[in-house]
Parts: sequence; C-alpha cells; structure tokens
Amino acid sequence: MENAIDVRDLVVARGRRRVLHGVTCAVRRGTVTGLLGPSGSGKTTLMRAVVGVQTVTSGTVTVLGRPAGSAPLRRRLGYLTQAPSVYADLTVRENARYFAALQGQGSAEADRVVAEVGLAAAAGQLVGTLSGGQRSRASLACALIGRPELVILDEPTVGQDPVLRAELWARFHELAGAGTTLLVSSHVMDEAARCDRLLFIRDGRLIADDTPDGVRATTGVTDLEEAFLRLIRAAGSGDRGAPRDGTGPGVGGPRPDGTVA
Amino acid sequence: MHPPILLATTLRILRQLRHDRRTVALLVVVPGVLLTLLYFMFSGQPTPPGRPSTFDRIALIMLGVFPFIIMFLVTSIAMLRERTSGTLERLLTTPLGRLDLLFGYGIAFGLAAAGQAAISAAVAYLLFDLDTAGSSGLVIMIAVLDAVLGVALGLFCSAFARTEFQAVQFMPVVVIPQLLLCGLFVARDEMAGWLQAVSDVLPLSYAVEALQEVGAHPEPTGTMWRDVAVVGGAVVLALVLAAATLRRRSG
Repeated sequence: MENAIDVRDLVVARGRRRVLHGVTCAVRRGTVTGLLGPSGSGKTTLMRAVVGVQTVTSGTVTVLGRPAGSAPLRRRLGYLTQAPSVYADLTVRENARYFAALQGQGSAEADRVVAEVGLAAAAGQLVGTLSGGQRSRASLACALIGRPELVILDEPTVGQDPVLRAELWARFHELAGAGTTLLVSSHVMDEAARCDRLLFIRDGRLIADDTPDGVRATTGVTDLEEAFLRLIRAAGSGDRGAPRDGTGPGVGGPRPDGTVA
Repeated sequence: MHPPILLATTLRILRQLRHDRRTVALLVVVPGVLLTLLYFMFSGQPTPPGRPSTFDRIALIMLGVFPFIIMFLVTSIAMLRERTSGTLERLLTTPLGRLDLLFGYGIAFGLAAAGQAAISAAVAYLLFDLDTAGSSGLVIMIAVLDAVLGVALGLFCSAFARTEFQAVQFMPVVVIPQLLLCGLFVARDEMAGWLQAVSDVLPLSYAVEALQEVGAHPEPTGTMWRDVAVVGGAVVLALVLAAATLRRRSG
C-alpha cells in the first residue's frame, strides 16, 4: 500500500540539543497510526517536521508524494497543535469560519466540523470561556475542515472525558475508513490499542513500528504498556549512557493513571 | 497574496477587536481625554504674535503621534499572541501567505485607527477649536498613515520579543526616540548636526513635518506629499522586514 508519510534518516536539532537522531518510518494511507512516547521524546518535533514547520538538520520527509512543507500540501493536510491553537477572543463558530475561509471553504463546512466534535451547542461561545477539553475540541474542529487527506493530531484527547475520548477515536476510525490518514500522538498507553499501527519513540529514536498485535507478538506480553517497557529495556541495553535508574528525564516508568512519565 | 484569505484575515482581526469591548472603548476615549488634558494645560499660555497657539501646535502633532503609539503597542501584543498561542504555527500550515497575515493586520488596525483619528480630530476641531490652515481630512489621512506605521513596526518588533513583558519594552526603544527627535520638543533645524542626522532617518519626523505643513498651508504642499511618501516607504520597509521574520520553518 502507498505511504502517506515517508520519513528517512530524519535528524533534527533544536538549539544545540539533538531531538531526533535519524528516524526512519512510514505511515500508510487510510490508517490511524499512533505516535507514542513519553513527554519530551520528540513526538511534537516529528509532527512539526511532517507538517513542514520544523527546520530539519538532515534526512527527508515525504508527505503525500511531495516534500514536507511544499505549498500544494497546505490544502491537503490538517494539523492540530498540542496547545489549542484557536483564538480565545473569538467564538467557536468564528474560529471555524476563519480557518474554513483559509481552505476556501464556506460556513456550512465550518458548522459541520463544529458539530462533528460535539460543540454545536457551544458554537456561539467565546473560546476563552470554554473548558480545557472543549477548547481542544474547538481546535480539533479547525484541523478537520475541508476533509483533509492527512490529519496530524498532537495529543487530541488530553483532558477529554472517557465517553468523549471513545467517541473521538471512533470518529478517527470512520475517517480512516473513508480514506483519510491520521497520525495521532499520545502519551497515554491505553490509547495505543486503539491504533491500526504504532510508532513508539523514545529519546528521539524509533524503537517500534508495528501493529499492536505485532508489538504483543514480538514482546510476548498482551499488555501494551508492559510491551513498551520491554522494548525500552531491549533498546536501552544498546543505549548511549542514558539514565536507566528510573530517575532520569524521559524514562518510561508506568504511573498508576496509565500514563508513561 | 490571496484576496479572499486577506479579506477573511482582516475580518477575523476586526472580530477579535469587536469582542474586546474594553480595548475598543480605550481606543475611542483615550486620545480625546489626552487632548482635553493638553487643552487645559496650555489654555493660560500666551500665543506668540504671528504664530499658532501652543495648543494648536502640539495638538496637531499629537493627532499623529497618539495613533502611532497606540497601534504599535496593540499590534506588537496581538502578533506576539499569534506567535505564542500556536495560531501562527497553524496558520503557516494553511494556504495563508505571510503577506496575507501582515496586510490583514495593517488593514484591520488601519481601519480601527481611521475611526480613532476621526473621533480625535472631531474632539480637537469641534470642542477645542483647533485651527489648521489646511483641511482636517488631510490631518486624518496622515494620522491613519502614522497608525499604519505603528502597526508595521509593531509586526516587525514582535519577532524580537518572547513575552509580553519584553514586547512592551520595545515601546520606549522604538517610540520614545522618535518622539524626542521629531521636532516636537526642539525644532529639528535647531538640533545638533548629529541629532538632525538621526532625526532624518526616523519616519516619525516626516509624519510630524507633514502635519506641520497641513497646519501652516491651506493647500497640500510638495513637502507634505514627499513626507507622506517617505512614511509610506517606511511602512513598506517595515512590512518587508516583518515578512522576513515570519519563517514557515523554525527550530
């Protein structure tokens, strides 16, 4: 199957710190691919490289057959940044209508995406007065405008209640069923099982690129959180001096709430 | 540039302003209040024979200076918010061009400034009998141009601030030297040569000279048009520099 995203030997430095150390991976068309890893592992940087706003040191990123960031792609992808990037001093509807206008879409499309994220009742409310979860859904609505072929979502389900979270994931799969490709980042391990494919990233290195079942088969455990811990340990044995005592930054120890630190 | 995107961006910025009633109230009221203050400050001062009254001289310049300062501040904070909230990053992944965004700000705040300048001029002319040889329409036109200069410089300077604290610090850096050297406090031809040279490269000096020309001559003069062109050129230069700071890719 043709790939929507092809990343080859991607190296990114932010300031003097190297964030991605030669990542190679692919995202297939029409799938929901999860980008999982602890906070600070390079998920956002990889997503920024895919949407073409990240300066890259070396390597190539090909999106829908074109170099990432090339102008024709700007009508074909939707991007949700980690912090809700909508205007707090506009209503939900006004935000959606503005981002729709940028994609050459009218107000009907704006109203459609607002309803799609379950904010129809709050459409006339200023974004600044919404709860955190509603605000991030308002931002999500703006990423879905014009039914983009590729949707990049940086932690879209943070702060959503469990029912809504399940609804959003169901919606992602509907979109994928209709041919959309979704790359969704999360640091919550119980979301990994909801993805068609998983990219697991830690300290700027890809340590798994497989289906959830594939990861389970490789590691011999059914719990994905435990599976990732095993992958981390396996990768860590060849590591260059990263802290392994569980106190250093970015070490994926499990927390009681099901997240990985 | 894409006209529909530019239009949508301009309307979006105006909508943001409309939702912020307090800012709108401040934009409308503050210049009038400051002019009132000026009027009573100078009301007891004798007028030198054959010269405009001190109030007329200073109020005319202030009609250009207020919009410049206010729009510089409003724009640098607004643009900084685009940068820090992530909306700029998202905008740069859409078909929006950099100039669509910059001109959107220029037009939206230029329109707000036109409203502000009209109200301030009405206060100065009708309430305080401001007397200019030239037309009030020219005064308002120059005031709007000054506001657009403030917008353009604000868009450029916001690139060098990471926080709102830093952004407001650019006000004294960018605005106050121009205010000191524009000919308001000391006539430019009475300054030391090197100060005149500095004054000659600051756009506000030309804006003030243009207003003084309107104050002194019933018809628009060549000097006034040249000054207007210089300020217009400074606006374009600041917008080009601002566009250069807006990179689609960043580190």
